[in-house]
Amino acid sequence: MMRRLFNFSGGVRLREHKRESTVSPVTRAQIPEKIILPLHQHIGTPARPVVNVGDRVLKGQIIAKAGNNVSAPIHASTSGTITAIEDCAIPHPSGLPAPCIIIETDGRDEAVSHYGQSRDYHSLTAEQLRDEIKQAGIVGLGGAGFPSYLKLENKDHKITTLILNGVECEPYITCDQMLMRNHAIDIVNGLKIMQQALEIDHCIIAIENNKPKELELMQEAIYEAEADHIELVQVPTVYPAGGEKQLIQMLTGKEVPSQGLPMDIGIVCHNVGTAYAVTRAIEHNEPLISRYITVAGSVAKAKVLEVLIGTPVSHLIEECGGNRKTLSRVIMGGPMMGFALHDDEVPVVKTTNCILVNSVISDVPLPSRSNAAMPCIRCGACAEACPANLLPQQLYWYARAKDFDKVQDYNLFDCIECGCCDYVCPSQIPLVQYYRYAKSTIWQQEKEKVLSDISRQRHEFHNLRIEREKKEREQRHKQKRKAVAKTSSQDDKKAAIQAAMERVRKKRDQEHVQPKNIDDLTEQQRKLIEEVEARRKNKLEDL
Amino acid sequence: MITAIVALAILAVIFGLALGYAAVRFKVEGDPLVEKIDAILPQTQCGQCTYPGCRPYAEAIAKGEADINQCPPGGETTIIALADLLGRDPKPLNPEHGEEKAKRVAVIDEQVCIGCTLCIQACPVDAILGAAKQMHTVIEDECTGCDLCLPPCPVDCIDMVEIKSTTDTWTWDFPGNLPENLASLANRVNPAASNDDKTSSPLEETSSKKTGTEA
Repeated sequence: MMRRLFNFSGGVRLREHKRESTVSPVTRAQIPEKIILPLHQHIGTPARPVVNVGDRVLKGQIIAKAGNNVSAPIHASTSGTITAIEDCAIPHPSGLPAPCIIIETDGRDEAVSHYGQSRDYHSLTAEQLRDEIKQAGIVGLGGAGFPSYLKLENKDHKITTLILNGVECEPYITCDQMLMRNHAIDIVNGLKIMQQALEIDHCIIAIENNKPKELELMQEAIYEAEADHIELVQVPTVYPAGGEKQLIQMLTGKEVPSQGLPMDIGIVCHNVGTAYAVTRAIEHNEPLISRYITVAGSVAKAKVLEVLIGTPVSHLIEECGGNRKTLSRVIMGGPMMGFALHDDEVPVVKTTNCILVNSVISDVPLPSRSNAAMPCIRCGACAEACPANLLPQQLYWYARAKDFDKVQDYNLFDCIECGCCDYVCPSQIPLVQYYRYAKSTIWQQEKEKVLSDISRQRHEFHNLRIEREKKEREQRHKQKRKAVAKTSSQDDKKAAIQAAMERVRKKRDQEHVQPKNIDDLTEQQRKLIEEVEARRKNKLEDL
Repeated sequence: MITAIVALAILAVIFGLALGYAAVRFKVEGDPLVEKIDAILPQTQCGQCTYPGCRPYAEAIAKGEADINQCPPGGETTIIALADLLGRDPKPLNPEHGEEKAKRVAVIDEQVCIGCTLCIQACPVDAILGAAKQMHTVIEDECTGCDLCLPPCPVDCIDMVEIKSTTDTWTWDFPGNLPENLASLANRVNPAASNDDKTSSPLEETSSKKTGTEA
């Protein structure tokens, strides 16, 4: 508690809007009729389905295996029947469909036999723990969705500090807060497991100072778990104190290098939700199939729900007393960093922390708000607010001019898209939209560059091949001419001519053979053939 | 006298060897400017620029024979990149060479294909697979969407199909410039406001003008 705190530059103070959803206790959302599980809920390659349409699956059963390299498996959230494996609307700012597994639930919620069996993890090695965490499909639940097992590997013992992030600085979002209120001891145990996997002894839990109750509960849990080495730190309530890089800077005074990872300075940062999921997976053999989600905004009863992953958003809105018919906008994530959904039938995924309904709130900027932008007056307020020490105004000009080299010179890729610049902008310019546009376009251009390089190689080879073939043909002709020149006598020539004519005749005879595949044609195919014949005849006449 | 001649001759030999070695050791492969231009071009090899492929077009630009706005597949992005490289002003795409379209791939209707191999010969990147009197098919990943296989097909069985955007290839929309009415309002309040956007691309200005006249 006595740790000296540092400050990060910038940041804004926002109205919290957290009380609405924290007054009522957390309840478990009902099992929906349909569970939709996208195959790509994490950063990395999509999972590969291992079930077929029509299969009956049980709660906790693996239905999609992790793909190559960076990936995470997906488990059935409840028991039921697979009705489809197809493209469905997923929570993505584009609103485009992506492959999903759809389960029609049977309401019995039957689990696989080993589900929920307690076990002792102390004897497991770091390697085994990581593997268990990977098999449980755990990804970073703070929002990024990076497979957690990769952040629990301590290569060459470079990592010295593990930070557990319970800051949750964005307005409205309260799922981590409620998780700490209900499961403080599990979170501390999860942290101990992570520590064992990383083989380090320095751990910090960070909580914002607007959550005194949770701070006290966590302190008690640390005492109960006999984990005095865990440092519990209270950080000031500034947005975005919960950003990974900002939190690290605040706690240690160290800055994560530009375009680098916290790992580069010997730190890993996990979310409290991830720690809880790790406890469930390691101690109780329960894979990641549910999570806490805040439902707030224009609903009769804003609260935190424990939701099965794959539950449609509309189901949650109805459960909290929202009227689906009057919805104008649903945002997934918080008001600062979330995105508007195109469809309320999309499922919640592993990284969903908040559903914000119909938010007509004037004191926070909302993603994809109406275009009321006015010209930039170059006031510089954005630069003062930027927590990443960037120059948002310069980024804006260059992104707007589509000067993608320049925008990268100004470190566009260090932007965390927190929305602070957007929030303070007196001209209401949707700055983050410009940065997102520039980032995604640059990524796309890089991908196209790789493809065009392949095309260039193929074209060069094509030209080479044409050249080679030409040479070979010339060579052959030369040889033939030589051969003909050698057989100078009249008889030989005649014989050669005879042989050639024989060959031609044979070939012609062969061509008269009817193709084998024109028997038993349907009417349509015959018509097509006739059409083709007619076209060919026309073409010949034209010539 | 003789010593002088000998000394100079020895020097000439030494320098000759040094220069000869340098010429081999530090040889510049081709014209680096052509390479740089070629790297920017989209490598569709479609010939819409009137040159037989991207590299000949790059060579023509380097020589100053061709303008930088003749590449429809590359579109605005390529023109801006070329302008940047060559230190020229970007200009809108020359409509004589075609217009910028979404990326497409060729698809052969296998029911209609007669196996004539004409498209295979036309394909600049060898992305069509087949043999005489055998059905042909396009390797989608390698197809650049150049349209060159369309004219030779005697049975018109090749279609150009737009590539559908997926969550992996999707990009955020450009948030747009100021709405027309607001921009004019700004002009009225401060006449200089219209001139201060020096960093904004001239292409956008022309395109917004175009939409303005249409409206």
